[in-house]
Amino acid sequence: MTGPSRLPILYAIVAVLGLGAMSMGLQKLRDARYPLATSQEEALYLTRRATSRMVFTHRSLVSDLYWIRAIQYFGEHTQKAQRLAATFLPPPPALAADPPIGFDLLYPLLDITTTLDPRFNIAYRFGAIFLSEGYPHGPGRPDQAVALLQKGVEASPDRWQYWQDIGFVYYWNEHDYAKAAAAFARGADIAGAPWWLRSLAASTLAKGGDRAASRLLWQQLGETANNEYARNAARLKLKQFDAIEIIERLQKGIDAFAARRGAPVTTWNDLIGAGQIPGVPLDPAGVPYELPSPSRVAISPRSPLFPLPFEPAARTGA
Amino acid sequence: MRTLGWIAINGFRESVRDKVLYSLVAFAILLIGTSYVLGQLTAGQDLKIMKDLGLSSIAIFGLFMAVFIGIGLVSKEVERRSIYGLLAKPVRRHEIVLGKFAGLALTLTVNIAVMTFALYAVLAYVGWGESEFVRQAREAPALDPAMLKAVVLTLVQLMMVTAIALFFSTFSTPILSAGLTFGVYVAGYFSQDLRNFDQVVNSKAAQILARGLYYVLPNLASFDVTSQVVHGLPVSARYMAVTIAYGVVYMAILLIAGATIFSRRDFK
Repeated sequence: MTGPSRLPILYAIVAVLGLGAMSMGLQKLRDARYPLATSQEEALYLTRRATSRMVFTHRSLVSDLYWIRAIQYFGEHTQKAQRLAATFLPPPPALAADPPIGFDLLYPLLDITTTLDPRFNIAYRFGAIFLSEGYPHGPGRPDQAVALLQKGVEASPDRWQYWQDIGFVYYWNEHDYAKAAAAFARGADIAGAPWWLRSLAASTLAKGGDRAASRLLWQQLGETANNEYARNAARLKLKQFDAIEIIERLQKGIDAFAARRGAPVTTWNDLIGAGQIPGVPLDPAGVPYELPSPSRVAISPRSPLFPLPFEPAARTGA
Repeated sequence: MRTLGWIAINGFRESVRDKVLYSLVAFAILLIGTSYVLGQLTAGQDLKIMKDLGLSSIAIFGLFMAVFIGIGLVSKEVERRSIYGLLAKPVRRHEIVLGKFAGLALTLTVNIAVMTFALYAVLAYVGWGESEFVRQAREAPALDPAMLKAVVLTLVQLMMVTAIALFFSTFSTPILSAGLTFGVYVAGYFSQDLRNFDQVVNSKAAQILARGLYYVLPNLASFDVTSQVVHGLPVSARYMAVTIAYGVVYMAILLIAGATIFSRRDFK
């Protein structure tokens, strides 16, 4: 009678490691020779109604999973869009109606997230930022951003922050200062809202589109944000304001210089050689400004600040 | 009472000897630990995700324990024929059912306590050294004692599931008992829909049937307060008391019914 076979542990470890390495090799070989077809991501998601019926328990956890998916989706698509924007020249306006990278699933993902967990505060607030960002930083859908925030208002009518964000979207993305002021005023009416929200409503109505007012709006958003993402978004916008101001100063100088010498400026060396500027001017992110056409200053498409936001036009007659 | 305690302790010992139980607890703790990594992907929502995942892990793995151990409590004794030895002793049949239930309830309590401790340990690690600004921005603190309310209600809910599994196992096979228990568990989350059935159906008979099912099926959704707790919303002591009382009454009904069926069962 023989006892149970006792395989020396060393043999077992060697066998496991060896087979593990073989498994990795086989996977690499398979991935290289037979790449799997990418799945149609639309098919991976259920509708809001179906999800809310099927997920009968642990809805909060499932909403987290959808939230993670929304962040990943937004991150992947903005990276692709920004890469494309930096690599290729923008298409002529007639062909640019549909951006090459779509964000079609972003709103449905956020909608499902907030349906499963109607109190998911950050999903409303970040979601609105994601949706309202212009291409290539986002889909440029302020209408969806407002719809998402209004869903948040219905779920938690005591949160003045949603009204602040709605006003912000109207102000910055829609340039509708009357609606922005009305949203700030609605938020200010809620118990516990900060005092400055009412003065923001008044100044928006009076000076909407003014750069100083816009700066103030972003500064307040950055200072009151309770998360790093929103603070970073505010910092980025403030840097973009700085970049716009530098461009304006440079443009003024270039126009004056070109008029004096009677020829347009085509390279920075024209100005450096004439002692007008000490070197190639850099934007607040440290990337050199460009002269894409004679005597016209622009931010580089390689800059993290690109594209600069469309600045709300200053109100006239206000 | 002494006999009941003896059966409960033995049931507890038997349960903790089950290797499946350790695997479930180990996996749940692993998942709770992993939530730390998952939390990093969520744009400042790490704590919410850890709490959601932790509380859900406790509930899901607790459910597996309650069902798979619950259905075996009586049927295993019958299959192994050890029931004959047990019945030959001066033990009344209802004491076997109640003792087995108490044993599994104790097992669940201990395991949930271990998983809860693991969850608080992970949250303590995350909350450690957090700045005052970040702490104030949270909807609820990392080591929020209110989470215990969700844990307690989950424990009562799982005890109800154990009572359901035990009830079915007194007259059915283990596989059928598991299927029926899961069925009742799922239906228990839709009981709110049954109550509102009259808003979608005109038939009076269907409305009465739906209303009857609403009262017969366990209302398990009311034990799930994870969302409120994670968002720092209050769960009143009165709500806790009423919900726990409902759970206790429902368990009592199932245990009485199960003990009665078991007492009349013929083991020949």
